[in-house]
Amino acid sequence: MADVQGLVNELATSLRKRKVEGSRETARLTAELLRTVISAQKLPSPTNQAAALIAAVRGVGQRLIAANPVELAIGNIVRRIFHIIREEELSLQVEGLSLSTQGRDRDRDEEDDKAFLSSVATSQRLLPDKSPSSWTLKHHDIEAGNDLIEDIITCHEQIADLAVALTLGQSRTVKKFLRAAKKKRSFQVFVAEGAPKYLGHVLAKALAAKGLQTTMITDSSVFAMISRVDVVIVGVHAVMANGGIIAPVGTNMLCPLYRNNQEVLLNDMRCPSELLSFGEFSDFMDFSIGSGASLLNVVNPAFDYVPPELVSLFVTEIGGHNPSYIYRLISDFYCADDLPQQQKPAS
Amino acid sequence: MDARRVSRTVIDPKVRQVGFFTPNAEAPPGRTQSGPAIPAPSLSESPASNSLYPVMIPPSRHLSDTVAIRTAAVPVPDSALRRKESVDVPVGSYNPSESLLGTSPVSASPSSRVGDGLEFSDESSALWCQRSGSGKMASSLPGGGFESAASKTPVEVPEKSGEAVAESQKELPANAEPLKPKTTKAERRALQEAQRAAKAAAKGEGKKPAAVIGGGTPGKTAKSTKQKKDTPQVAASVAASDKKGGDRPPDKERKKDVPPPRMQFDDKSRVEKAKRRAVVNQIEAKNRVELFRHLPQYERGTQLPDLESKIFQLDPMHPAIYKVGLKYLAGEISGGNARCIAMLQAFQEAIRDYSTPPEKVLVRDLTAKVSSYVSFFTQCRPLSISMGNAVRFLKSRIAKLPLSLSESEAKSTLCSEIDRFINEKIILADKVIVRHASTKVRDGDVLLTYGSSCVVEMILLYAHDLGKKFRVVVVDSRPKLEGQALLHRLVAKGLSCTYTHLNAVSYIMHEVTRVFLGAASVLANGTVYSRVGTACVAMVAHAFCVPVLICCEAYKFHERVQLDSICSNELGDPHAIAKVPGRTDVNYLDNWANKENLQLLNLMYDATPSDYISMIVTDYGMIPPTSVPVIVREYGREHLW
Repeated sequence: MADVQGLVNELATSLRKRKVEGSRETARLTAELLRTVISAQKLPSPTNQAAALIAAVRGVGQRLIAANPVELAIGNIVRRIFHIIREEELSLQVEGLSLSTQGRDRDRDEEDDKAFLSSVATSQRLLPDKSPSSWTLKHHDIEAGNDLIEDIITCHEQIADLAVALTLGQSRTVKKFLRAAKKKRSFQVFVAEGAPKYLGHVLAKALAAKGLQTTMITDSSVFAMISRVDVVIVGVHAVMANGGIIAPVGTNMLCPLYRNNQEVLLNDMRCPSELLSFGEFSDFMDFSIGSGASLLNVVNPAFDYVPPELVSLFVTEIGGHNPSYIYRLISDFYCADDLPQQQKPAS
Repeated sequence: MDARRVSRTVIDPKVRQVGFFTPNAEAPPGRTQSGPAIPAPSLSESPASNSLYPVMIPPSRHLSDTVAIRTAAVPVPDSALRRKESVDVPVGSYNPSESLLGTSPVSASPSSRVGDGLEFSDESSALWCQRSGSGKMASSLPGGGFESAASKTPVEVPEKSGEAVAESQKELPANAEPLKPKTTKAERRALQEAQRAAKAAAKGEGKKPAAVIGGGTPGKTAKSTKQKKDTPQVAASVAASDKKGGDRPPDKERKKDVPPPRMQFDDKSRVEKAKRRAVVNQIEAKNRVELFRHLPQYERGTQLPDLESKIFQLDPMHPAIYKVGLKYLAGEISGGNARCIAMLQAFQEAIRDYSTPPEKVLVRDLTAKVSSYVSFFTQCRPLSISMGNAVRFLKSRIAKLPLSLSESEAKSTLCSEIDRFINEKIILADKVIVRHASTKVRDGDVLLTYGSSCVVEMILLYAHDLGKKFRVVVVDSRPKLEGQALLHRLVAKGLSCTYTHLNAVSYIMHEVTRVFLGAASVLANGTVYSRVGTACVAMVAHAFCVPVLICCEAYKFHERVQLDSICSNELGDPHAIAKVPGRTDVNYLDNWANKENLQLLNLMYDATPSDYISMIVTDYGMIPPTSVPVIVREYGREHLW
């Protein structure tokens, strides 16, 4: 138990220091940590297992969420785990009291298979898994969420031949999406560099290496280029229940351009969150010009909130969705009881 | 989050005002400042100074008498005016296409002034005739201009223009013939030359008339008669009587009204031709962006040492020109006004040191010189639109020089003209803009600006000096980060500033009450052509219902139109994007030039659609973007004639 506490502290610290960033990375680490927590948790009695597990996970989860409230993926994973634990409990009650661990294992495996078939993969990424044998499988799930995007055969349907796509910053999912589409279509990509992180440089390099015709532009040239762009593809940080998104800063500037034009096609890591307002921004003070004058303050937000009106389509591993449909997906994946606990640390 | 919202509302007014609104309390003092009474004496001498009326927004102010007269003249029906002209005035050919100009409000003024037509100063009468085409000339000139020209020439130049006068007398009945539905080029040309002759005659009173080079004209006359068979007499007589403007082909001059076609760099043969003439050796960039093939893209860094080594070989280039060109190339001078002033001052210096070569005419030779200088500047860095306007101004002034002037006189005239242009069109214009725009700054405002515009900076400092309490948000973007310099200067002056990058503009826009932006040029369709990123800021401001004020001197207005930022633009150094200063960790694109599929694009300008702009503040007043063509048409040419 002590080493579990140590691990929790470690992750919380690195979250607080922004050493771990990006919804994918945080989600993976959180899932791994919670798995350790659950496996280390001693189950007092067979009757009250679920409640005990949930209590343990909640304690850890709240600390992690407090460490970086902007990373909504943490909360999602915690809630996803609650949901799975509850489902387990329910199925156990139905089946009667059998050997709990084995039952769980089998149950989970079934679920996983199903998940693969129906390509509801990310939802399964975090099973409260205890047996090392299935660890690889679960780990695969997390990866699968991304890889599946690549596997969607219809990727290229969203991109016409000789089209020009515009993206901002870097997102693994966008990269894979474009690569997958490249197999069927030849098109051109404009990458805005995405200050202040300049991850667009990474994406441009990677795409060019894959043979895509890539042009990197400054963020300010976005407006100038938009008249030649057919589709805007952005990776998002989080998706709100109302269909709005939190995305790297600059996206809000990008999207209104498209209001009268074509779709903003959003590639999504599937981390819907129930938060309707978003937390404070992390400030990267990387402009070294502040001379200490009290008259000057520098603002450097990391994320933008884009209202759902500006989003045309969400492309997820389970298909394309309208912004108005997102709330429905949330209720599919999370238990309604767990939602309020999310509001506390964020507000 | 809540805490932050509260803290930011300190200076943020509760009720956000949208679009135009008249500041009630503080308006009257500001208005009187921004009204027609422009303090600068030299500006009020200019013909435009008392003609602010078509564009002024301020509603309550004194209308000066002349303005009242002129505005009263506006509703005169155009057709009536035309009919009168065609019936009463046999002089000059009637030209329906030209009289299209007659729909402009100013064109009505000659009719209101016919009574005192003779009191015109030479300059202004010429200006009126030239600007407003046949109708005006016909209505205002018969008393003074043309007849005096005709009657004077025989006396002073008997041997040469005697026949010309005879011809021109013959020509009168010829012109009174029934009007053709469509006038030819020759007629238009004849008319213009007649006007110019009138002006020359009026000017040359007492002096020796310009007929000295009359010997040069017959050849030309022959040529033009060959070309234009239908009106040979007109052409001949006019060419003979027009001594002064003979060396400037009027057809060309008409073409100047239309913006010259820009060099398209995807046209291979023309590029080759241009390259042969080029002074600067430029290596074409390797990874060119396909979409921008029509724009010049050269490797940076190679031109400067090359050019520096050639400094002693280029004898036709004046050192001042050379110096400024190098500075353009190195990026030491940037900003529309600074570049324009530097160019004009270099021209001034070159003109001072100019001496007409033997066997050549000053006007023609100097024009060619200026053209070669301009092409040198263009090779260093494409001219901005404002500089193009300034060059047009200078060339027209050179062409207009009376031939009677001695060389030193001509040179000093040109130098003072250039000084006047810099003073009136740039420095004083800025002052007027600052006065106008500062009336729109109120206590408690949060003003956003993008990049570094010198006019906006002056506005902010002026408003600060007036004691207004406001906060400034400086938005900046890579790669130039010009806003940082602005920020330093503002903070040094004690303004409270917030600095952020362009991507965060939608985050900061919540608290902003006004957006002040500079412009490189304002085009006739209201599009604002400005530093790249301006369009983004304007768009976000529009989405947040924050008024956007563009501050731009009127000499930067241009009659060209543009719909997107791709057709005409300038490309910066793509290597500037690959590196992020102060961020050594961002080095993913270090040798991007070797990658086949990767291009970097560093645009310099973008075009902001007029929908996003609430108001344009110019030296003629504050106008909506739809009124830009009015300014361009009514005032844009005043410095050309």
